[in-house]
Amino acid sequence: MNAPFIEPTAAQPAGAAIAAVARTERTLVDIKGLQIGFAHANEGHPLVRGVDLSLRAGECVALVGESGSGKSLTARSLLGLAGQHAQVSASRFEIDGRDALRFSERDWRALRGTFAGLVMQDALVSLDPLRTIGAEIGEVLAHHRLLGSRREIRARVEQVMRDVGIADPQRRVGQHAHELSGGLRQRALIAAAVAGNPALIIADEPTTALDVTVQAQVLAVLRERLRAGAAVLLVSHDLSVVAGIADRVLVMHQGVVVDSGPIDDVLHRPRHPYTRQLLAARPSASSRGYHLSSARFVAQTLREGIAPPGTVDTSIVREPLPARHRDLQRTVLQVDGISRQYRRAGGEPFTALADVSFSVAAGEVLGIVGESGSGKSTCANIVLGLLPPDTGEVQLLGQRWNGQALREGERRALRPQLQYIPQDPLSSFDPRYTVRQLLAESLYIHALSARQVVDRSVELLEQVGLSAAFLERRPAQLSGGQRQRIAIARALAPQPALIVCDEPVSALDVYVQAQVLDLLAELQARLGTALLFISHDLDVVQHISDRVLVFKDGRIVEEGSAAQIFNQPEHPYTCSLVAASRPGNPWHPSP
Amino acid sequence: MTTSQPALPDSILSHDTQVPPADVRPARQRRRWPLGVILALLFLAVLAIGLVVPHWLTRYDPLLSDVSQTLQPPSLQHLFGTDRIGRDVLARVLYGARYSLLIGLASVIVSLVIGLVIGIAAGLGQRYLNEPAARVFDVLSAFPAVLLSLFVVTFLGQGIVNIAIGVGIAGIPKFGRIVRSRTLQVRRANYVTHAVTFGLSRWQVFLRHLLPNVLNAIPVIATIDIGTAIIAVSGLSFLGLGPQPPTPEWGVMLAESRDVLRVAWWPSVFPGLAITLTVISISVLGKYWQRNFEGRPQ
Repeated sequence: MNAPFIEPTAAQPAGAAIAAVARTERTLVDIKGLQIGFAHANEGHPLVRGVDLSLRAGECVALVGESGSGKSLTARSLLGLAGQHAQVSASRFEIDGRDALRFSERDWRALRGTFAGLVMQDALVSLDPLRTIGAEIGEVLAHHRLLGSRREIRARVEQVMRDVGIADPQRRVGQHAHELSGGLRQRALIAAAVAGNPALIIADEPTTALDVTVQAQVLAVLRERLRAGAAVLLVSHDLSVVAGIADRVLVMHQGVVVDSGPIDDVLHRPRHPYTRQLLAARPSASSRGYHLSSARFVAQTLREGIAPPGTVDTSIVREPLPARHRDLQRTVLQVDGISRQYRRAGGEPFTALADVSFSVAAGEVLGIVGESGSGKSTCANIVLGLLPPDTGEVQLLGQRWNGQALREGERRALRPQLQYIPQDPLSSFDPRYTVRQLLAESLYIHALSARQVVDRSVELLEQVGLSAAFLERRPAQLSGGQRQRIAIARALAPQPALIVCDEPVSALDVYVQAQVLDLLAELQARLGTALLFISHDLDVVQHISDRVLVFKDGRIVEEGSAAQIFNQPEHPYTCSLVAASRPGNPWHPSP
Repeated sequence: MTTSQPALPDSILSHDTQVPPADVRPARQRRRWPLGVILALLFLAVLAIGLVVPHWLTRYDPLLSDVSQTLQPPSLQHLFGTDRIGRDVLARVLYGARYSLLIGLASVIVSLVIGLVIGIAAGLGQRYLNEPAARVFDVLSAFPAVLLSLFVVTFLGQGIVNIAIGVGIAGIPKFGRIVRSRTLQVRRANYVTHAVTFGLSRWQVFLRHLLPNVLNAIPVIATIDIGTAIIAVSGLSFLGLGPQPPTPEWGVMLAESRDVLRVAWWPSVFPGLAITLTVISISVLGKYWQRNFEGRPQ
């Protein structure tokens, strides 16, 4: 790295120094110059280069980076799971004081589960659907013969389940993965990893795809393990998730650690341009109305008297977005008392949506937040006219749009006015179609000539920052950000009055997310299209929305301007949501 | 006070809008065809000539017997020898391609069309359509295909058309099941459920998105199935349920030459080889197509 650094002169926070002294007892992992590669990947160049990593008992170290940065590979190499043909080398690779480079497969197996446990991301696919939770958690005990009798194993399993906060373990022990909620599954996975009481817990994106409140609970379980003396290696793509729990953080980019140090230093005084960019690109309260992707960290010397002289602090400089045009007098979408129930096999009907009313004005961005199962998606499908409501009515531009006994044919003329941006664009694109065909389809309603369709498609691609060279590509060949751009271009094609965005940036890395949010915000301001923006990420909603609806159990529990909802939430549920999205170690850079 | 900003690496700034490389898999596209595929193609090309213009490859009439030339072993004059009433075996094998291949093809078309209609109706229809159709497919596939064809042909009577129908009906559950499960899968795909948001009608969604995506795996399966159908057709002809002698159908030829197998191997071996090689060639081509087809971005 030859980029000039700005050296922070601030001393380490006192708390971190004390903690460091208290935790020097036992070094579990000590790695210097780790290099991992595959003969046939990345043109033979290693995917992870020169990583130094050490972990002591009771310490939490976070590995942060975007997808493909090598963070998971690094974490898995600590368990000998980097892959069958992985070429792992290091100048020092000590696990529990032993040279792990000489480990045989048998040595690794003895290590897994007893010395180090792995918590994986997707609890539904990581748990065997045919086995009970109890069998899954107890496997490590039985396999390593840690406990002799079945009764002892059973007692330990229930103990571990209680430790990770699974209430009523006697009942849960006999259930299968599909009978548990997402949060419980993730806890069961953690329980399975810690059942053998390992000294080291490796958690690979343990909170991704979980709701904020569940995410906070899972982090609390990990924090409890830390207090019990285990070391935790936390892998995440999101710096703000690790902020509340990690002692130290390593930021990885393209296989190299670009920034490392105590969490406070990295968050507040990032040294490497990449880390700075990541931090600056995070949406927050102060980023409203500004570009995210072009935001820059700038070092600032504070005036005397406020901080110790010579202290370097940083601030973020952002460029403003173009001016907005809102016409609050003109209502684009009017939703009146819609509700929807689903029949459940053998049980009473499940109310997905109950008496929900709201409206969207021209050029307005209305955010909807809520956890999974809160009725957000049902609401989106009713607004999109894909699902009829049981009661209530939806009006688009003053005309009847969705209600009982309304046929698709009656809506068709209005269809171009309401478009959709999905969470996972790849699955919403016909796999046989090229970008040209995808765009042509959304222009279909305008009955243009072939020449005009191509011209307009190119124009749309340029609007979303892509070039005509993308026309003949298939979506499967594009990156996540590019696909989302295509989805935006497709939604803009018929010049709609309203676009429904269902978690449009949830699957993207922080920086790509910033680019896509910028694009959306800029086009929205320029074209005056209203947005119905659904997300579980409160920061994203806060960044982009004018008004916000909070959904819980199929009802709107709170409604208000973005500032009001996030700064003075009134409903207890909103308060808990906002609190959960701001982890224990609050990090809120001011502009 | 602001200090100068370190230069950002380009890679973090612009990776999202770069044009992806034009050719993602250059190695695969430049790879040469395997030898087996070339041989299979050559063999099928010869058969295709036999199918359309058999008189280009032989000067003999497959039905004309020459009593002075009975059971001649293979020679330069008769490359595959002659049968017990002096007909040229090569000519009969070449003219026979017409019957064997066409009946096989026709039976696959029968099973494909019926399987497709029932499968799509079952996949799109309500529960009362879907479940019974699935059970019917289960019952049909409980019988061995040849037994099922045998039932049907016994019921309809022997003959070229009936044998195609018989073998075709036995193949229905195979296509029906695949089409039904594909339909169930595709109709729930986001690109189908959201296609109406572009203002497409139900029929347009069906024709533009659902049908093509349901069908995209069918050509390969159908190709491989032609081989299976040819075996079934030859088998039934051998039993005398298909075309009748003196038609130069391969199964019929096998049946006719069975009696003289002790004294002359050639009237049986060459039509047998024709069946075997045709089925192998079609399977090789179909599987090769399937492999490449599945590697393509779907």
